[in-house]
Amino acid sequence: MTAEFDVAVVGGGLVGAALAWGIARAHQRVVVLDEGDIAHRASRANFALVWVQSKGLGMPDYAAWTKRSSDAWEDLAQQLKQNAGIDVAFSRPGGFTLALSEAELEARAHLLQRLHNQPNMVRYPYEMLDRAALLQRLPRIGPEVVGASYCPLDGQCNSLRLLYALHTGMRQLGAEYRAKHVVHAIDYQNGEFILRNTSAAVRAEKVVLAAGIGNARLAPMVGLRAPVRPQRGQIVVTERVERFLEHPLVTIRQTDEGTVMLGDSQEEAGLDESVGLGVTAAIASRAMRMFPLLGSLNIVRTWAGLRVMTQDGFPIYDESSSRPGAFLATCHSGVTLAAAHALVLAPMIAAGSLSADLDVFSARRFDVQTAA
Amino acid sequence: MFRRLPDAPVLTVSIAVDGLEVSARAGETVAAALLAAGFGAFRTTGVSGASRGPYCMMGVCFDCLVAIDGVGSRQACLVQVREGMRVETQRGRRPVGS
Amino acid sequence: MSGPLIKDRYELAVIGAGPAGMAAAITAAEIGVDTIVLDEQATPGGQIYRAIGETPLRDPAILGEAYWKGTTLLEAFHASAAQYVPQATVWTASADGEIGVSVGGSVRMLKAKRMILATGALERPFPIQGWTLPGVMTAGAAQILLKSAAMVGNGRVVLAGTGPLLWLIAAQYLRAGGTFAAILETTLRGNIARSLPFLPAFLRSSYLREGFELVSEVRRSANLVRSVIALRAGGGDRLTDVTYRTGGGLEVTVRADMLLLHQGVVPNVNLALALGCQHTWNETQLCFTPALDAWGQSSVATVAIAGDGAGIAGAVAAEERGRLAALGAAFQLGHLDKVTRDRMAAPHQGALRQAQRGLRFLDRLFRPAKRFRLPRGQTLVCRCEEVTARQVRDAAAMERIGPNQLKAYLRCGMGPCQGRLCGLTVTELLADAHGVSPDEIGYYRLRPPVKPITVGDLASLPKTAADIAAVERS
Repeated sequence: MTAEFDVAVVGGGLVGAALAWGIARAHQRVVVLDEGDIAHRASRANFALVWVQSKGLGMPDYAAWTKRSSDAWEDLAQQLKQNAGIDVAFSRPGGFTLALSEAELEARAHLLQRLHNQPNMVRYPYEMLDRAALLQRLPRIGPEVVGASYCPLDGQCNSLRLLYALHTGMRQLGAEYRAKHVVHAIDYQNGEFILRNTSAAVRAEKVVLAAGIGNARLAPMVGLRAPVRPQRGQIVVTERVERFLEHPLVTIRQTDEGTVMLGDSQEEAGLDESVGLGVTAAIASRAMRMFPLLGSLNIVRTWAGLRVMTQDGFPIYDESSSRPGAFLATCHSGVTLAAAHALVLAPMIAAGSLSADLDVFSARRFDVQTAA
Repeated sequence: MFRRLPDAPVLTVSIAVDGLEVSARAGETVAAALLAAGFGAFRTTGVSGASRGPYCMMGVCFDCLVAIDGVGSRQACLVQVREGMRVETQRGRRPVGS
Repeated sequence: MSGPLIKDRYELAVIGAGPAGMAAAITAAEIGVDTIVLDEQATPGGQIYRAIGETPLRDPAILGEAYWKGTTLLEAFHASAAQYVPQATVWTASADGEIGVSVGGSVRMLKAKRMILATGALERPFPIQGWTLPGVMTAGAAQILLKSAAMVGNGRVVLAGTGPLLWLIAAQYLRAGGTFAAILETTLRGNIARSLPFLPAFLRSSYLREGFELVSEVRRSANLVRSVIALRAGGGDRLTDVTYRTGGGLEVTVRADMLLLHQGVVPNVNLALALGCQHTWNETQLCFTPALDAWGQSSVATVAIAGDGAGIAGAVAAEERGRLAALGAAFQLGHLDKVTRDRMAAPHQGALRQAQRGLRFLDRLFRPAKRFRLPRGQTLVCRCEEVTARQVRDAAAMERIGPNQLKAYLRCGMGPCQGRLCGLTVTELLADAHGVSPDEIGYYRLRPPVKPITVGDLASLPKTAADIAAVERS
């Protein structure tokens, strides 16, 4: 008896939806099992950057994977436009990380130097800019800004529209979506997976765990590990303003809608998604130092999201050896990596195994090495 | 669109709306003053450019947004007129530096 | 009594100065509770008693007896020891009593041991084609302009909708010398039968006489069209005409300079929801109302809710609920013992029951028709972000999503009004699409600021070293 589905993807966020879209594109029967309306959903709470600049210190393969995704992003955007009819407003004008003191600028320069000096580091351009050079590109910066790092590969998109496009697109490609279907158990019988929630069971030949924080609970069900923890980040968004900023900055960007997003924070707060005034005040204050013109703008919303964070901050991609056909994908850069997930990782899963160059992302890297 | 009732109090406050002088009653809201002076639309939206005017008059709908004394996106129905106030209708997205 | 200096701490913060807020403050202050009243408006009265201290209307008969009853309350409020701060917009409040307020051009925080939210009601959304055209307003907006600015609509004014306030506003307008090109009543014929079981209580209530007088008054003077089943506003960049259809079938278009819409009022829930107060769907009143005990105590220990925000029941009920909430707070704060609290509460509990008599009849008689709550096609659901009914229905047809996922997909609810004009429509559209109750669907998740503050304002608030470290990590 054939399973209902070729692949069941657990999690309908940016990671799950990108994978489901890619797998559906490979003509496999996919179902996405998702949570209900009130959920942690980092996909609804992120900064929408497609960011390369400083990634991969400690794992050059991650820098390469990131660059690969960034280079493929335009292709993803085009395909989504065609297949889902939705423009996700991707642009890659290059991005900046501003420094508000000489110490910050120096620290940044050192970080990037160390990053690019790593053995086997993928090569791509970046610049350190002093204030004078920066003023040419960002004329409205405030007097405290001393300089910035710039990378032409950095970009941004409308990540909410990306989520909608992936969902619409995957549906167009024949994928099914089930909300309020939190998976409680995953059994493995006769070469297929049975995913159970309180009222139903779904059978699939393969399963992909893409449930963000939920992966920690689900992974052992398929003989894998996903040591992830939530890391809170808060964001402030303003009313629509006339365009003044084309380039994304790591903590300030003007969306295609005209609103301005201000971020970000890193807090270890468990699963608490409440907004902290003090932190958002610090975000607003720092943003104003970078662009004084922001001061008079009205804030329309603030929110907190929970990044899905591994110990080293790098993704986990795994396939189970005890349960062949079970895969796991988790990261905190679901927007940047959407192209890699949809166009590279998804086809691998459809074909039944991950390529060897993704071994470096396995959770086995967290195991204590024992002497032979 | 609106007219003042015949025995309503005298108008003693003078404000400027898009450069035009408008008389208003002390204590009334900017929105009331604009409506009485014949301004039905206060802004165009930053989404589609559609014309909008006040809808709720109680600070809930955010359609009565105007710039007051150089500060954009003020809810006209919540601000009282003041002698010499400069009011500007807001076209599309709020201008930067306003 | 009003002073500009806001202290750092109070025992009780009352938010809103309509009948519930005023009554709560009077009662609390009388007992000796250190009370502050934060009012977004410039003068007390809320919406129902708007401009009560200083309406420029010369003729008191225009607004009617029920309005002027508020004068007693206003005088007692001015005389009370509660600190009244007008033009103070509360944009955040937390369960531990930290309140953020915008006043005098800047923001500040204050702390209260207990809060009474008396933020009242707002008009139910009335999403028809063209409802965003300049010239289309709520009937309540017209009433505010009448009361506070002695203004009436010019030219051809069409009033449309249902509900007791429709008749009140129509009568007030006519008395003031306003005229209507047409009054289009959307009350469903079938509602009469459904409300009959509640008729006896209504007959014993004060609403019977008031209502009957109002309706007669209006019918004598105006061009009244009943059983309107379709309605749309037409025009290019402002309203030029209104088209309607009655049960009879023919479509009629009338020229119009103004269209005033009204189909009841609903609680203004944004602050309460942002605070975490539990709400449930009220199928009779077709809105979300907070879960409260007899003292107005919400699911958040420090927060009580009084007035129409607790459930639509009118000005008199609001006043009594305000008094009961204040007594409850005074007890919690240790100013009263249980026996005294209960003794003082008894007459107000009786008056509240009396004020609520007959309301269930009105709720059912004036229950707004589904067709005017569930728009279709190009009619805008979210005015701020210009999201159409078609877009919402298409997304709902594609996936069994809730309002927050829908918000992410389409942006509805993301504008400055934070769902005040689209939240109920979205919840009901999704309930209808998925075949479940609105309670199951839920509502937008709301967070501060519930009213906008500037980036500069936010930046000026206190930050701890930990807050700064969480942000300035590079």
